[in-house]
Amino acid sequence: MKEFKIRTQDLTLFYGEKMALNSISMDIPEKEVTAFIGPSGCGKSTFLRTLNRMNDLIPNVSITGEVMIDGVNIFDKQIDVVNLRKKIGMVFQKSNPFAKSIFENVAYGPRINGINNRTELQDIVETSLKKAFIWEEVKDRLHDSALGLSGGQQQRMCIARTLAVEPEIILMDEPASALDPISTAKIEELIFELKRNYTIVIVTHNMQQAARVSDYTAFFYLGELIEHGKTRKIFTTPDKKQTEDYITGRFG
Amino acid sequence: MKKGNRKRIIGGIFTGATGVSAFLIIAIIILILVVIILGGKETFSWEFLTAFPEDGMLKGGIFPAIYGTAMLVLIMSVAAVPFGTLTAIYLTEYAGEKSVLAQTIRFAVRTLATVPSIIFGLFGLGFFIRFVGTGMDTVFLGGELKWGQPNILWASLTMALLTLPVVIVSVEEAIRAVPRELREASLALGATKWQTIRNIVIPGSFSGILTGTILAVSRGAGEVAPILFTGAAYYLATLPASLSDQFMNLGYHIYILSTQSSNVDQTLPIQFATTLVLLLLTFVLNFTAVIIRSGIRKRRAK
Amino acid sequence: MNQNTEKKKFVFTKESLKKKFRISEFLSEKIITSVAFLSIAIIILIFFFVFRETMPIFKSQTAVESQPATAMVQEQYGVDSSLILNDQGQEQYGVDSTVMVNANGQEQYGVTESGLQDTGEVSSTDNAAGSEHEVAVLKSLVGKDWLPVSDHPRYGLIPLFVGTLKITLLAILFAAPIAILAALFTAAFAPNWLREIIKPAIELLAGFPSVVIGFFALMVMASFFQGIFGYESRLNAFVGGIAMALAAIPIIYTITEDALTAIPASYKEASLALGATKWQTALFVTLPAATPGIFAAILLGIGRVFGETMIALMATGNAAMTSANPFESVRTLAATIGAEMAEVVFGDTHYSVLFLIGSLLFIFTFGLNALAEFYIKGKLVRRFQGKS
Repeated sequence: MKEFKIRTQDLTLFYGEKMALNSISMDIPEKEVTAFIGPSGCGKSTFLRTLNRMNDLIPNVSITGEVMIDGVNIFDKQIDVVNLRKKIGMVFQKSNPFAKSIFENVAYGPRINGINNRTELQDIVETSLKKAFIWEEVKDRLHDSALGLSGGQQQRMCIARTLAVEPEIILMDEPASALDPISTAKIEELIFELKRNYTIVIVTHNMQQAARVSDYTAFFYLGELIEHGKTRKIFTTPDKKQTEDYITGRFG
Repeated sequence: MKKGNRKRIIGGIFTGATGVSAFLIIAIIILILVVIILGGKETFSWEFLTAFPEDGMLKGGIFPAIYGTAMLVLIMSVAAVPFGTLTAIYLTEYAGEKSVLAQTIRFAVRTLATVPSIIFGLFGLGFFIRFVGTGMDTVFLGGELKWGQPNILWASLTMALLTLPVVIVSVEEAIRAVPRELREASLALGATKWQTIRNIVIPGSFSGILTGTILAVSRGAGEVAPILFTGAAYYLATLPASLSDQFMNLGYHIYILSTQSSNVDQTLPIQFATTLVLLLLTFVLNFTAVIIRSGIRKRRAK
Repeated sequence: MNQNTEKKKFVFTKESLKKKFRISEFLSEKIITSVAFLSIAIIILIFFFVFRETMPIFKSQTAVESQPATAMVQEQYGVDSSLILNDQGQEQYGVDSTVMVNANGQEQYGVTESGLQDTGEVSSTDNAAGSEHEVAVLKSLVGKDWLPVSDHPRYGLIPLFVGTLKITLLAILFAAPIAILAALFTAAFAPNWLREIIKPAIELLAGFPSVVIGFFALMVMASFFQGIFGYESRLNAFVGGIAMALAAIPIIYTITEDALTAIPASYKEASLALGATKWQTALFVTLPAATPGIFAAILLGIGRVFGETMIALMATGNAAMTSANPFESVRTLAATIGAEMAEVVFGDTHYSVLFLIGSLLFIFTFGLNALAEFYIKGKLVRRFQGKS
């Protein structure tokens, strides 16, 4: 087994009175794709969003337990959330380009990090768009509005925007759920490429997708981590009855 | 059977009454518009808009009043828009939904919106002129009277207080229409809260800030009570050249000509035309704001 | 790629993620928070400064009561210059009130026996003349004469109150039924396309400057109604009331409409399902359910009319009379401030009385607003969340 990039220990999360995550302990290996599956409301997205402390934004959330990334507890009082998020990219369910040009979208992250040199920005934008397999499609219209791109292109541009900040971990929250099959295939291909350099965690509704892209799979149900292991094992010989029921489509 | 009939009649009367009421309001609006347009259209001309009054305001145009109103709303906007925008940002981005402070601020804003405009005039007189102005004169000018009297600056600031709630409400609505996903995208890229507000939230609510400004300008252009004794002048031979000058104003001009003119009947066409100008001005401004705002609401509904 | 691997070595250490102090972040938050306080500060400042200018009426009196002495002594007590000016101004008016009046006035404001005697004893001195004058002012406030610019100024607020109440009553009697019925029409009966016309049109009316409405009332409505009713004074409470109604209608309409549309569809559906007709549902279900909102709407309408200045100045005739006849001229509180403030001497009694009127207006509208808020927020919300 590879090195673990993220380890959580007894992670419990409440929205007000309601428990959303119950004592989750999980190790996520470096430079692999880990997929979270489970029925909606099972806590997989909530768990994903604790990994870059996105849940900080929601009032009345209380969290206990630990999330260690490279051995650093990210809930430590000394930790700077802003810097943390620079190292953990996130791609959202609905593509969310800013109402700016493609160039400015991708350059947004570097700019807020203080990079203002034009050529440097151009380099970063080009490299990022190439990594996200979208350079060829947009290179002639970098200064057009990003809102003019198709859904699939928008999502890949959002991935490029994330890569431009040079994260080590990329969190994807159902990145292809709103896309057509062709765009979905492109995103999956992209994920496959990216795992060479990045640790990827992906939440998905689509079990075929999890089977296709991930190396490890975690099954969540009602805020609990039911089972976690190699994707092949989870999909062929799961240990738990619940996992099997879900995978074979008996509920969900 | 008879009972059913009676019911139907009551229903008809009731429904009819609601309809008649609605149409009565519309009819009054149309009537006011028609009367003022008909009364003012003869005098209304380019000449009228650009000339100074003559013969003790019995003849001539209303340029100084237009100019004074424009300066008033300009200075007012410079004061009200940034403050209103920042307050709206505080309420939407910084304050917790249920924080006592935010609730108090909201209550204060709503109260401010219902304070009678004449009270703002009193406040302008008591605070800006008698306290701040006189204080400035004493400290900087050794008691020489310059700021401790009505002028366009104090009138504009008084008007800014009055229009502050208008700006706050519009901007707040627009900020809430900025999708949460965009804020999250920015934060996930490692932007700080302020960077996100500056780069995403403020540009995203630009149309709301614009609407708020337009509505505030429209309100400020039409209000007369707050400037009655904070800076508006009956007649001035010159345009205001500095912040310590008094100014003429469209609404005040209408009031003066229709109630205190030496010859009310002779100036009647001028009065109608001035009213027409003011009405057109507020009409166009409000209409623009309504259009922009419906755009925001549509975007928000998506 | 090289860059990437190099960087990776020192990423995700406690050191690299250590909390940073960002000055721009800190400043922006502090500045925005303090600006947000401004709205609260303004309300407090309005209270403070409007009252401050009112104070001389009361202040000089208490100063005199506590120590009936010369103006010199008062100066030593740190009385401000406006007060001195005040006293000088009053000396010119001379003494016009007897000791009897004095006593009455003081009784009214709760002064002790001894204080009353003191003032009585020294009533012949110059300063007591001032004091008596103050008492006369205070007493005249509850009188029926508003004669601020005369040799013996009297500041009776009664006719102003009566005038304001008359106008408010008339305006609300016109505005409330029309606005509420119109709101019910748009909420319950009007087809969509018609609603899309009526609502913006009424928004437009809300945007009419009050000076325009006042002008319309002065030039058109006054003559029109005089032609119908044939009353004597062209400008009167009736004309003013209708003109004010035009200003109040959009407010009452908008809030009522909001309250009506906020009623859950299930209420209406339940009624319709029981076989009630559309109008029965509107009248017996929708309307009662929205009463708190409608009540708040009327309160805010009252507040609007109560404080309206320009329409009152232009359309009511501005004669301070105490009568119940709607076709006589009236003078409202707000119009009095608007008409007279520009002509008073800063700091004299008349000035302070005008500020006193302002304070009363402010307190009244503030109270109305708070009450309306309570009704909208408290009752309406509770009703629909089923917590009542």
